[in-house]
Amino acid sequence: MRVEMFTFLLTAAICLAGSAGVVLLRNPVHNALSLVATLFGVAVLFIQQGAYFLAAIQVIVYAGAIVILFLFVIMLLGVDKAEGLDRDPILGQRPAAIAAAVAILGLSLTALLSVGSRVTGQASTLAAIDGSEPNINALAKVLFTDYVFAFEITSVLLTVAVVGAVVLSRKAGPAIDAAEFPEGTTADLLQAKHDAAAVEQGVLEEVATEDETPEGEAETAEEALR
Amino acid sequence: MLALNETWYLVLAAMIFTIGAVGLLTRKNPLVMFMCVELMLNAVNLTFVTFSKALDDIAGQAIVFFVMVVAAAEVVVGLGIIVAIMRRRQGANADDISLMRG
Repeated sequence: MRVEMFTFLLTAAICLAGSAGVVLLRNPVHNALSLVATLFGVAVLFIQQGAYFLAAIQVIVYAGAIVILFLFVIMLLGVDKAEGLDRDPILGQRPAAIAAAVAILGLSLTALLSVGSRVTGQASTLAAIDGSEPNINALAKVLFTDYVFAFEITSVLLTVAVVGAVVLSRKAGPAIDAAEFPEGTTADLLQAKHDAAAVEQGVLEEVATEDETPEGEAETAEEALR
Repeated sequence: MLALNETWYLVLAAMIFTIGAVGLLTRKNPLVMFMCVELMLNAVNLTFVTFSKALDDIAGQAIVFFVMVVAAAEVVVGLGIIVAIMRRRQGANADDISLMRG
């Protein structure tokens, strides 16, 4: 019992520190790595409660695939610059968030701690977890019998997600006209940058000609003196 | 010493959920907001597994499996949308994405 308590407290500390890091750190890469810490902590808690298959899936899918996907997008977009909590454009956004936090945490803690350690609800009789069967066998049995329809819908959902991701990330071809998006498009930005560069170059040329003129005048003045 | 029962797990899950909700409400980088959504989903998964253990019912773990699948699909589509937006506007944050405002 003491070992279990120690494991729980250590893991809970890691989880809370990681989730605080996700919210508070400024660099998105650090946020993603804090998320990994939290996910591993939750996986340990899964193991502690006998959900071995879900713990493995948690590590493989979440920490191994989803966070890598996050990091990949961060690197691809180059948004790994610092953006912290210092800007607050919407008036009263932060007080509203704190109020929501107090409401959520207060409600759930009141509900949890007022009943003590009792869990209301009936223990299962149909899908009971008995120690004779491995966790993955029990989960597979219930997944392919009671929830087989939801399982098949899940495969449809994954297919839709893959097709949607391909459609979204496809490079925009000539079908999209840049003139339809007049404000802030890439074409406009490029044009503005080009104009600015042209103006700057013009200024430089002007400065250069101005630099030349006094010298020429001086030379003519010297010639006149001679 | 206090005994470790399911209330500890549920309180921890409530804390992680709250932290995720606060991050979702305060951060403006869409990627970080997505990570906060993942935090909230994980807190709920932890609650499901805890009740699965407490009520001796494997169905809670089956639902966590489905939640993970939906989360994976959501991340794929969401990141695709973010990449599409970021291509159009460099360094956009959640407040800039107001094209569909009525």
